[in-house]
Amino acid sequence: MSEIPKEEYLKPCTAACAGCSSSLCLRYVLKAAGPDTVLVIPACCTSVIQGMYPNTAFNVPVYNIAFAAAAACASGMSRAFRSQGKKTNVIAYAGDGGTIDIGIQALSGALERGTDFLYICYDNEAYGNTGMQRSGATPLGALTTTTPVGKTEFKKDIDAIVAAHNPPYMATASSAYPLDLYKKVKKALSIPGPKFIHILAPCPPGWRYDSDRTIEIGKLAVKTGMWVLWEREYGKLTVSGPSKTAMKKPQPIDEYIRAQGRFKAATPAQIAELQQAVEKNIERIRKEEEGIC
Amino acid sequence: MLTIATGNKAVAAAVKEAKPAVVAAYPITPQTEIIEQIANYVATKELDTEYIPVESEHSAMAACIGAAAAGVRTFTATSSHGLLYMHEMVHWAAGARLPIVMANVNRSLGPGWNIWAEHTDAFSQRDTGWLQVFVGTVQEAYDATLMAFRIAEDERVVLPVMVNLDGFSLSHIMQSLETVEIGDFIPPHHLTHALDVENPMGYGPMTGPKDYFRFRWDIERSMRDSRAVIEETEAEFAARFGRKYGPTEDYCCEDAEVVVVSMGTLGKEAEVAVDVLRKEGVKAGSMRLRWFRPFPDLDLKGREVVVIDRDYSFGFGGVVAASIRAKTGVECYNVIAGLGGQEVTYDDIAEFVRTRRIGEEQWFGVSE
Ligand SMILES: Cc1ncc(C[n+]2csc(CCOP(=O)(O)OP(=O)(O)O)c2C)c(N)n1
Ligand code: SF4
Repeated sequence: MSEIPKEEYLKPCTAACAGCSSSLCLRYVLKAAGPDTVLVIPACCTSVIQGMYPNTAFNVPVYNIAFAAAAACASGMSRAFRSQGKKTNVIAYAGDGGTIDIGIQALSGALERGTDFLYICYDNEAYGNTGMQRSGATPLGALTTTTPVGKTEFKKDIDAIVAAHNPPYMATASSAYPLDLYKKVKKALSIPGPKFIHILAPCPPGWRYDSDRTIEIGKLAVKTGMWVLWEREYGKLTVSGPSKTAMKKPQPIDEYIRAQGRFKAATPAQIAELQQAVEKNIERIRKEEEGIC
Repeated sequence: MLTIATGNKAVAAAVKEAKPAVVAAYPITPQTEIIEQIANYVATKELDTEYIPVESEHSAMAACIGAAAAGVRTFTATSSHGLLYMHEMVHWAAGARLPIVMANVNRSLGPGWNIWAEHTDAFSQRDTGWLQVFVGTVQEAYDATLMAFRIAEDERVVLPVMVNLDGFSLSHIMQSLETVEIGDFIPPHHLTHALDVENPMGYGPMTGPKDYFRFRWDIERSMRDSRAVIEETEAEFAARFGRKYGPTEDYCCEDAEVVVVSMGTLGKEAEVAVDVLRKEGVKAGSMRLRWFRPFPDLDLKGREVVVIDRDYSFGFGGVVAASIRAKTGVECYNVIAGLGGQEVTYDDIAEFVRTRRIGEEQWFGVSE
């Protein structure tokens, strides 16, 4: 990890839960982006993590905006900076709820308009800020406070929705592989136009596991194929290192499922459905990488 | 330059003169012509602005907020459901102290779908912290839009301004328009709290009651200070360009025994009604409220007051009448008229005065 700069833009005084992987992600995102960066943050855990006025745990300007508005606010900001001749990175950093549910219209609009910005969705698969309600990103079978017997629907495929907008760059990443994330943010910011990075961000209270297991759970997601790391640059998909090995021989999802309290009510039929979905997804990605679409 | 234009075109022409760096907007009848005209100015390079054709009004205001926060002059326009769809961001713009200027072409709210004039849309944003001005003519739409930029950006104000014009009865009516070259009338834009990567700060984070309370008080203090800024701006505008405006436009009010209070185009109609009434020997006057926020001090003591409300607060009464009663202690005859574009002529207004029943409310043209 020697290529990652030592500068810290996230001070150690954040209000994150112990073991919060989304704040870990932000740390690497900011290292990759550097000081000429403005973060746009809708209502989500990150708006709490930054701390309370008059203090801030972030060492770059942070613009807080309403839940549905991150992409649109960033859109206006990016155009304003460009009109002033500034190259400042505009990064929207939003949760899955602010991206996949309420913020999807603004995201779609900003992508379609070719906004020069990086939109990052850190996906903890629930509404963390309001206490773990279901979101469109919550997986089948998972318990949340609004799915007390487990979610009965699949996770929404936001990547396919974003891909339909043909952004020049999009990628998935994981908090368990910070170097991969760092490189993807760097690359994204070197490309003009709209960029999208979707990060799986395990969340101890939400996923119901002990906070020291965050990295382990993240790795399990990749090893079982529940989360596949890839990037798509100008339409060309490449599977990233850690997923290359995993895709050859993915581990059964059971280990990942059993490690988390949120799946304890999932039925064997649901787990089988999840396993099938994983296999189908891996197959789809494999074919796309080989150019068979 | 003297020309003829619709209210919408007049607003667009003022925007061209004020040169915002970013315009983000979404179409809605009867506002659409404003943003089409601005898009044309940008296409023909008559206006050098970043035009962002967003996908919704919520995003239009959010984009203006992002751009204004980055330190540039911004403008948007909307109407009716567009304004309501923006509501969350309308609050945000004022709370974040961003001097955004927005034209709102007043229109009713569905259901049933109705595209004609009513002021309920603007009044639904009454408590957002925006300054609100209502205009009565095409010329005034132009002049008020120009002044709005200067007032909003004044360091004693730094609050957003909404310029309201009646749907169709002003937005689509052609009248003569004298455009001006503003020169240094609007100083270069400068926002002291613009985003600055050299000086990283958090904008709008979690805030405890004590600081939050003070922020709200700061908005109110600026609202109060804005009265002086508006007065100065309107005085300087009069000195430079020869057209004089104030918090109200008074017509034959000095010796009036009965005063008709109204807003927007109905105020112009009321002036004709006053002429008719004066011929009959009734000492009538018209007071057209221009500024709704900050609400002006009105001198109505000792007169009979007829308030025409082109709006309604259900279960309560007309919003303008309620404001006047609360602020002046003067009772009035509250006529609810013109909702959804209902035609209200000067003859009708004269009749409201002739048949006034102070202390009561009438829904014009509706029988119980
Ligand atoms: C319009 C609106 N509705 C609801 C809320 C309440 N709210 C704040 S954050 C949040 C959930 C955020 O979830 P997500 O985007 O997944 O981010 P996380 O909190 O998990 O980091 C909700 C429902 C709000 N702020 N605004
Ligand atoms: S709830 Fe989850 S995502 Fe939110 S701060 Fe805590 S660990 Fe992080």
